[in-house]
Amino acid sequence: MARIIVVTSGKGGVGKTTTSASISTGLARRGHKTVVIDFDVGLRNLDLIMNCERRVVYDFVNVIQGEASLNQALIRDKRVETLYILPASQTREKEALTKEGVEKVINQLSETFDYIVCDSPAGIEHGALMALYYADEAIVVTNPEVSSVRDSDRILGILQSKSRRAEMNQDPVREHLLLTRYNPSRVEKGEMLSVADVEEILAIPLLGVIPESQVVLNASNQGTPVILEEQTDAGQAYDDAVARLLGEEREHRFMDSQKKGFFARMFKG
Amino acid sequence: MTDAPQAAERPAFQLKSTTVSLTALELAYFDTDSFEATLRDKIRQAPGFFRDIPIIVSLDHFEGPTGELDFFKLLGICRRHNIHVVGVRGGNDDQRRLARNAALAVLPGSGRGDREATAPEQAPEAEPALEPVGARPVSANPAAARVVTQPVRSGQQVYAPEGDLIVLASVQAGAEVLAAGNIHVYGPLRGRALAGVNGLEEARVFCQSLEAELVSIAGHYKISEDLQATGWKAPVQIQLRDDLLVVTPLDRA
Ligand SMILES: Nc1ncnc2c1ncn2[C@@H]1O[C@H](COP(=O)(O)OP(=O)(O)OP(=O)(O)O)[C@@H](O)[C@H]1O
Ligand SMILES: [Mg+2]
Repeated sequence: MARIIVVTSGKGGVGKTTTSASISTGLARRGHKTVVIDFDVGLRNLDLIMNCERRVVYDFVNVIQGEASLNQALIRDKRVETLYILPASQTREKEALTKEGVEKVINQLSETFDYIVCDSPAGIEHGALMALYYADEAIVVTNPEVSSVRDSDRILGILQSKSRRAEMNQDPVREHLLLTRYNPSRVEKGEMLSVADVEEILAIPLLGVIPESQVVLNASNQGTPVILEEQTDAGQAYDDAVARLLGEEREHRFMDSQKKGFFARMFKG
Repeated sequence: MTDAPQAAERPAFQLKSTTVSLTALELAYFDTDSFEATLRDKIRQAPGFFRDIPIIVSLDHFEGPTGELDFFKLLGICRRHNIHVVGVRGGNDDQRRLARNAALAVLPGSGRGDREATAPEQAPEAEPALEPVGARPVSANPAAARVVTQPVRSGQQVYAPEGDLIVLASVQAGAEVLAAGNIHVYGPLRGRALAGVNGLEEARVFCQSLEAELVSIAGHYKISEDLQATGWKAPVQIQLRDDLLVVTPLDRA
């Protein structure tokens, strides 16, 4: 039985797709057979970040509607061999994702995969509800600002009331807070909420803090999940998060302002 | 059609006696405009609270002339706001006739006059469970508290329609908790808390940290900016004194 992990947020543009790409790559690199599903019907993004957009023939909706088999639609990653991508349709309506259809695909994937990572669209509408419905765990991606925290809170409420686990009275969905686009110097200036602030409000365990970094943009543009940029802070922060997801204890880092380090480096040479 | 034999084996329904606590709309007088204005105000205080719940119109304190009492207009306004009026309580014979004409159920009143009027017909040792719905005042109706252990998150609403509500976690900004009785929040109260929603003025709100968007007791409310003066972000209790919400830090209570 696969573990089903939804990457969700409520608010748009906070880093769900970036996170889905890196977390799934990280899990696969540790030898776990992993598939990442793009639930953002109409707005394909994941295949760009994973650099496989030119290899998409069939998609998630084709499989649900019986127009293609799962094996025809799954794309094998070129860098990590235990990683597969199930791309979203660019042309279909969001309503094409039916509960029964999604269940059929997830059940089938469950037979052969260890992890199923679901990249949720923004919002709390149909697509987002479908992405979280079958989840065992949720990575709630949050930016350190009030509106993002409020939307995360809303999604947490939905996870605990509208997911399959909630409806079937099973153990609740396991929640993880992933704070992304964290900028310690702006936190120090009081322009952004601190890690402690967000933890205090949401009251769920912290999976990791991903710093705001140009590296993320560059990696996305090149079609590389940033976790593969091993020398960078953002890449290492995602690697820590994957380790913690698998039960390893790792100290949190990249939470303090790097200003000193930066100046020190500048004036060294 | 050969439905009859089947129906004999398995009846389509059974009648069961049940006790429900209902929210009563205590009508003082009826004037279309002021009725609708008050209704709108109540809904604004507790959006979602009235949605899909049955309401009865209580005539126990009706002071206006009976001729004013146009149930068709009243029902029309309520329907427009998605409020389901199921019956009336109390009132005199004329008023009850008007209600019946508007296809409303008629319940005995809770006030003196009505009870006296119906007393002779009632069995002296009526079984409590069979007592007519809403016939007893709320305060005489001790119901088990509803206990919530998870945070009440933004967009969620938790309602204890009969007794107290106890939340062993936070009530988040954008969340709403309502109770017929008291509300206890053993975490920060950041959202909206409405105690005594059926009019119980003795109801109180207790919380570990007052950061609320709104607190209401029996319809009297204060919003965040009026709550900052005393006990903000501290453990407090809030109660109604002379129609005013009073906040007291718990270490001084
Ligand atoms: N840690 C980061 N540092 C800098 N930029 C980032 C970081 N994380 C994400 N971004 C950038 O933010 C933008 C949105 O990211 P992404 O597409 O992952 O968000 P999303 O939550 O999936 O958005 P949507 O809600 O539209 O699906 C992208 O341009 C991405 O490169
Ligand atoms: Mg996305």
